[in-house]
Amino acid sequence: MSELFMQQVVAGFATGAIYACMALSVVMIYQAIHHLNFAQGEMAMFSTYIAWQCMAWGLHWVLAFPLAIALSFVGGFLTERIIFKPIQRAPVLSHIVVFIALFAIFNSLAGFIWDFTIKNVASPFGDGSFMGSTLIGKHQAGMICATILMLIGLWAFFSFTRVGLAMRAAAANPESARLVGVRVATMTALGWGMAAGIGAVAGILIAPVVFLEPNMMLSILLYGFAGAVLGGLTNPLGAVIGGFLVGVIENLAGTYLDWVIESAFAGIGLVVHLHGMFAEIKLTIALLVIIVVLVIKPEGLLGRKIVQRV
Amino acid sequence: MSAILKVDNLEASYGAINVLRGISFEVEHGGVTTLLGANGAGKTTTLRAICGMVKRSGSILLDGDDITRRATEDIVRTGVAHIPEGRGTFTTLTTEENLHLGAMARPNNKGEIEEDIQKSFEFFPRLKERRNQQAGTLSGGEQQMLAIARALMLRPKLMLLDEPSFGLAPLIVRQIFDILANLNRDTGTSMLLVEQNASLALELADNAYLIETGSIVMSGEADTIAADESVRAAYLGY
Repeated sequence: MSELFMQQVVAGFATGAIYACMALSVVMIYQAIHHLNFAQGEMAMFSTYIAWQCMAWGLHWVLAFPLAIALSFVGGFLTERIIFKPIQRAPVLSHIVVFIALFAIFNSLAGFIWDFTIKNVASPFGDGSFMGSTLIGKHQAGMICATILMLIGLWAFFSFTRVGLAMRAAAANPESARLVGVRVATMTALGWGMAAGIGAVAGILIAPVVFLEPNMMLSILLYGFAGAVLGGLTNPLGAVIGGFLVGVIENLAGTYLDWVIESAFAGIGLVVHLHGMFAEIKLTIALLVIIVVLVIKPEGLLGRKIVQRV
Repeated sequence: MSAILKVDNLEASYGAINVLRGISFEVEHGGVTTLLGANGAGKTTTLRAICGMVKRSGSILLDGDDITRRATEDIVRTGVAHIPEGRGTFTTLTTEENLHLGAMARPNNKGEIEEDIQKSFEFFPRLKERRNQQAGTLSGGEQQMLAIARALMLRPKLMLLDEPSFGLAPLIVRQIFDILANLNRDTGTSMLLVEQNASLALELADNAYLIETGSIVMSGEADTIAADESVRAAYLGY
């Protein structure tokens, strides 16, 4: 059992890495405009198609991936400038409608350009097991490393650079930020650009696992939301930890919940066969995580309660 | 002395509601001007109008430059440090990060900025003790010191102060006003002060203007205003 257990934990970390990336991009935009971007997954999917297209045109992934990420950054920046800046004072519902519209647009546009058949994306990290390990494949190890590296990079950016500090100030207190000369509107657009870039990384990492098709990010975004809510929407580190946790929880629950419940019934003398039912309802578990966290600890595991003196 | 700030016929409105009905006043180079008036007279709106945070018309000249049509961020870059109502602390960031933000509109010269942060720590030792603390956890007085220190990080030509006494104990208020008086004397920073506490404000200021429902009803040197019978009765309470 312990071999299987370790395997599930490691596999959970690997998929958790993807959720962590999605959670991170969700948090980036939430920080900037205090809305959850429902189109985040479709934007990531579109970015992945761009990467795939570049490679289909013969570009090596070393060039194709950074190019796709850079284009996504520009796309995210422009999306804020063209669509969201004009409606920044509009009510929440207007935002939600626009998010859903974007979702539909990116989804059908991808289907229109690249059709709905699945496409194979090769892993940049190669196939096979990671350094002879039976627990983890090269691609899984690569996903985890890429996510952690990106997190460290973002942490350094927000902690040690002037632009990073300006972005945090703009998110924390836009009016005061303006009064010290921070260009808040630019910071918001930058946040969108970065979120789109991070989403592109997530899409590129997951594509070799789930195959590329226009609906590939649908459930992954839900897991990303779950991770972000679990870790705390106000804390990028929390989002990443939340993403990893959701990955592990999902895997363990899918593997063991049947067994746990069957044993529990066996304990009271009942024979129950669940036939691996819980492997089928993994997504439900993600949604359950969201609800439980919102009820018990709405600010998330690492979310900050704002201290204010008035 | 010439005027660093010359406001002429300034009007401002929130939506359809006119708050300022054409007010004119000046702040002299190195001087302190105070705007007095009751709650809702338009004092805070005046400061917000100068910084481009409300819809405004009229003319605002800073050192002869017309800033009436500029965006807030650009007005700050010309050297106007505005300490807003409620102090504008970045509560979730640390004290030191708050100070760094004060220098955001300056050229990115790390050495100079670090030097200025050390200077503010010398001037406000309490802030040094709390440099890595979340600024929202500072006491009201400490946050007001932080707001002043943050404003100074800009190396401002003009400071706009919105009720620095707000919510502070009398002893702390005295301390804050002493700090402002020293600052004005030592660095020659010009100040425009909005204050409910009229006696303290008149003590610090060289010139005073009295605002009532969006219009200036009286102006003059601070001493003259302080000696005026009607002002005494209405604002000084003796």
